[in-house]
Amino acid sequence: MNELETGKIVRINGPLVVAEGMRKAQMYEVVEVGEERLIGEITRIEGDRAFIQVYEDTSGVKPGENVYRTGSPLSVELGPGILGRIFDGLERPLDQILETVKVPFVKKGVKVPNLPRDKKWHFVPAKGINKEKLQEGDIIGSVMETSLIEHKILVPPGIHGRVKEIRPEGDYTIEEPILTLESEGEERTVTMMQRWPARIPRPFKEKLDPTEPLITGTRVLDTIFPIAKGGTAAIPGPFGSGKTVTLQGLSKWSEAKVVIYIGCGERGNEMTDTLTSYPKLKDPWTGKPLMERTILIANTSNMPVAAREASIYVGLTIAEYFRDQGYDTLLVADSTSRWAEALRDLGGRLEEMPAEEGYPSYLSSRLAEYYERAGRVKTLGNPERTGSVTVGSAVSPPGGDFTEPVTSITLRFVRVFWPLDVSLAQSRHYPAINWVQGFSAYVDLVAQWWTKNVDPMWREYRDVMVKILIREDELKQIVRLVGSESLSERDKMTIEVARVIKEAFLKQNAFDEVDAFSSPQKQVRVMKLIYLYNKYSSDLIAKGVSAKKIMDTVTAITDVIRSRYSIKNNELQKFDELENKLRAQFDQLAKEVS
Amino acid sequence: MQASIREFSSVSSIKGPLMVVQGVTDASYNEIVEVEMSNGEKRRGLVVDSQLGLAIVQVFEGTSGISPGGSRVRFLGRGLEVKVSEEMLGRIFNPLGEPIDGGSPIIKGERRDINGEPLNPAAREYPEEFIQTGISAIDGLNALLRGQKLPIFSGSGLPANQLAAQIAKQATVRGEESNFVVVFAAIGIRYDEALFFRKFFEETGAINRVALFMSLANEPSVVKTLTPKTALTLAEYLAFEQDLHVLAILIDMTNYCEALREISASKEEVPGRQGYPGYMYTDLATIYERTGKVKGKKGSITQMPILSMPNDDITHPIPDLTGYITEGQIVLDRSLYNKGIYPPINVLTSLSRLMKDGIGAGKTREDHKDVYNQLYSSYARGVELRGLAAIVGEEGLSETDRKYLLFADAFEREFISQGVNENRTLEQTLDIGWKVLSVLPERELTNVRQEYIDKYMKGAKS
Repeated sequence: MNELETGKIVRINGPLVVAEGMRKAQMYEVVEVGEERLIGEITRIEGDRAFIQVYEDTSGVKPGENVYRTGSPLSVELGPGILGRIFDGLERPLDQILETVKVPFVKKGVKVPNLPRDKKWHFVPAKGINKEKLQEGDIIGSVMETSLIEHKILVPPGIHGRVKEIRPEGDYTIEEPILTLESEGEERTVTMMQRWPARIPRPFKEKLDPTEPLITGTRVLDTIFPIAKGGTAAIPGPFGSGKTVTLQGLSKWSEAKVVIYIGCGERGNEMTDTLTSYPKLKDPWTGKPLMERTILIANTSNMPVAAREASIYVGLTIAEYFRDQGYDTLLVADSTSRWAEALRDLGGRLEEMPAEEGYPSYLSSRLAEYYERAGRVKTLGNPERTGSVTVGSAVSPPGGDFTEPVTSITLRFVRVFWPLDVSLAQSRHYPAINWVQGFSAYVDLVAQWWTKNVDPMWREYRDVMVKILIREDELKQIVRLVGSESLSERDKMTIEVARVIKEAFLKQNAFDEVDAFSSPQKQVRVMKLIYLYNKYSSDLIAKGVSAKKIMDTVTAITDVIRSRYSIKNNELQKFDELENKLRAQFDQLAKEVS
Repeated sequence: MQASIREFSSVSSIKGPLMVVQGVTDASYNEIVEVEMSNGEKRRGLVVDSQLGLAIVQVFEGTSGISPGGSRVRFLGRGLEVKVSEEMLGRIFNPLGEPIDGGSPIIKGERRDINGEPLNPAAREYPEEFIQTGISAIDGLNALLRGQKLPIFSGSGLPANQLAAQIAKQATVRGEESNFVVVFAAIGIRYDEALFFRKFFEETGAINRVALFMSLANEPSVVKTLTPKTALTLAEYLAFEQDLHVLAILIDMTNYCEALREISASKEEVPGRQGYPGYMYTDLATIYERTGKVKGKKGSITQMPILSMPNDDITHPIPDLTGYITEGQIVLDRSLYNKGIYPPINVLTSLSRLMKDGIGAGKTREDHKDVYNQLYSSYARGVELRGLAAIVGEEGLSETDRKYLLFADAFEREFISQGVNENRTLEQTLDIGWKVLSVLPERELTNVRQEYIDKYMKGAKS
């Protein structure tokens, strides 16, 4: 540290601080500002002047105070001690800070290590490692960090060599060397913790196509607009349309191994909700507490803007780190609009030339970089493994206008689009995903998985449902002009079946114990009943039966709608009874008319 | 911040509320200054940009009358602080925390920075205690919880003040004796509005539980922007040091945002949407987020900001950004108001995000969630059909659809509408809910459990 120069502050304007005497400073180097040693990052250099974006409130900082260089870029600490925690946008542990400062507020300039230094973890060396030639990314051992996640210890990128010593099974801190390597006469030690610069994607061997769906347990997502492991999805919607609830559902119930939830410029109470409820909720896939697989990154709306910009990169780096261990990870960001606004705010203070709506002209390339860090990859190192990072982000368009820059740019880079519709939300149709506007590029791909693992009829059921919904949308236009009584019986029935699809399938109560998570098997059973309802009723209509007659006779459909709440994921045999009842009522009706 | 006081008389230029002071080398960012004019009058200001050799100062009371030659500027070596204490309840203050009710100055108390600090999410406790406001549209469908921030979106002429006053008077937590203390920030409001609230609190005897911070419509912009911050500084002290439950009412946040825009324009900042500064989201968040409950502390802050939507437009930046930060919103509707319905709450556009965690068995009543879901989806359908009936006539609708029209009317007349002094218990609210639902055929009630229909519907009908 001694050879690093110290600068002098010459200007403070909000989160932007300018310092002189910084000739040797590098772009994006982290510095400590003023005597309170606030953390900042260099975002522009002019001669010996460095422009610093400060991550904490600059009130009280004066010209003439020192700026201390650190010589390294914004980095994330990766290792045991990271799961189940809550960090701020710079990966500072908020839970630990609370214990240290003993007041409920986030104090400035508090220095707490990101990951606990004194805690010992039980390290188990991997079997059969290639001691002669250890490569970057090789698994050298593991730590059972939570009962759910085996934290694999990897050789950090860029390091390789012959094993000189590997420590035996035992308890170590993340700073104790567990491995000594020798390469070209040089010795290097490896600990259980590695550091990685947040803004640089972690390396991998090869990017692969997604093949499997990421099952979310939310019916409209899994069936109408499915997402694949390693895919990208955006949820835009005005306030109150249910972005956060949908994303929380995704983070709670989806089949990901590790979930990183970034609260980027959102509400403090939402983070608290997650912190208090996840330890009590059980992962439907393993039955373990959800918190054991979750990492929270919180930069709430009232925390400093600059750290908001960083939070996304910190989250991505952690997701990639678990991907490199061979896991399917899910990164949820709520909301990328706040991140874009942070870019705009900082760009404005640097007096950059703004593009559309004041956003900087590099907004589009930043968003592209962000979504490009998602994907399924073949990782570095041995044994061979694949891992994925799936990205789901909320977008908060001002006034719900989807043509604004952040939404329209995002649409170019995502492959799944879950648009939220305020009119659906207002009638409490949740998740309020508009089934006419949404899209998913993964339907064909995941259909194979459903066929193989759940039901070969899945694609057929789905397509019939989508067709009916689209037809209903057209019919609604007609009804608006001439009323529903003047429709043909067939069209009346289409409207009825669409109602059932909405009530029994698309609507899902995220706060109901039974309804919140719908297993793929349950989804298919409900789809089948809807499919039968449509098929039998259209047969009868062809024979001249009125839609009203069908609706009055086939009362079993009310039970189908209530099955959301009444039939649990482990009681699927109840659907047999329901199916029998439905068929019996149709048979009865068919007898009456023939 | 160092406590030394430095004095300069080197004002070089003045523009809008901003003043450039030359020769200052060590002004802290956000340091407070005192400007002494040639006639002895003193004003206060804040350092908004500090450079080696100069400081830009924003003067709270405006710069009119200040001359570069005849003014002395003292840098006070501290940030903007107010004195807070329990004695402030029952009193009226200006936005700098100085009494304006003619009473004695506040002597006891500690000084606190009015900007506060962000609450650590790990220190928060999640709100789940139901507050009964006695208003059906809120208690039944948009419940307010202790520690929540729930704004009222109003329009000019709509009775938001009346509603806020009714809530402040009636709000209780079920099964608890202790009531709320109210911290009231009146931001740039008209004199008659200020008078209304003052009289209301005096007449209802509530004034001893209320601390009022007032800035009127004709006061300088900077002063207006300080009002909510000062008020919330007191609220934080009362909640987290004195174990009190605080209801903070901020009225009218539209005035706050306009003041913010004016200041931003005078600083020649790059504007965002409709001329409002790009950082308005974050700025509003630093106000709205000063709400909540904290682990290990008995007190709480519940916030109810009130804003008027310009031209009743909910997509205007002020309601829009507010809605993205607050935990829901209560929206007042002109067409309901014109129908003579008080409170004219449009429940379809209103929302309480935290409601789910504060209602149901053991908290309110077991059927609350079901009734809530059913009322919402049925009323939404009723309103949709109303639009349809206006075009094709009621004859074009099916028999069931016509029932929905009847339901929507009954819902507005009996459930939403109530007296300005009517304080309904939650049970009364839910029973009225069942009563209006009984207008619909039972098979339409797919959101409520059969057992609840059997248990509650029959009783409510009679």
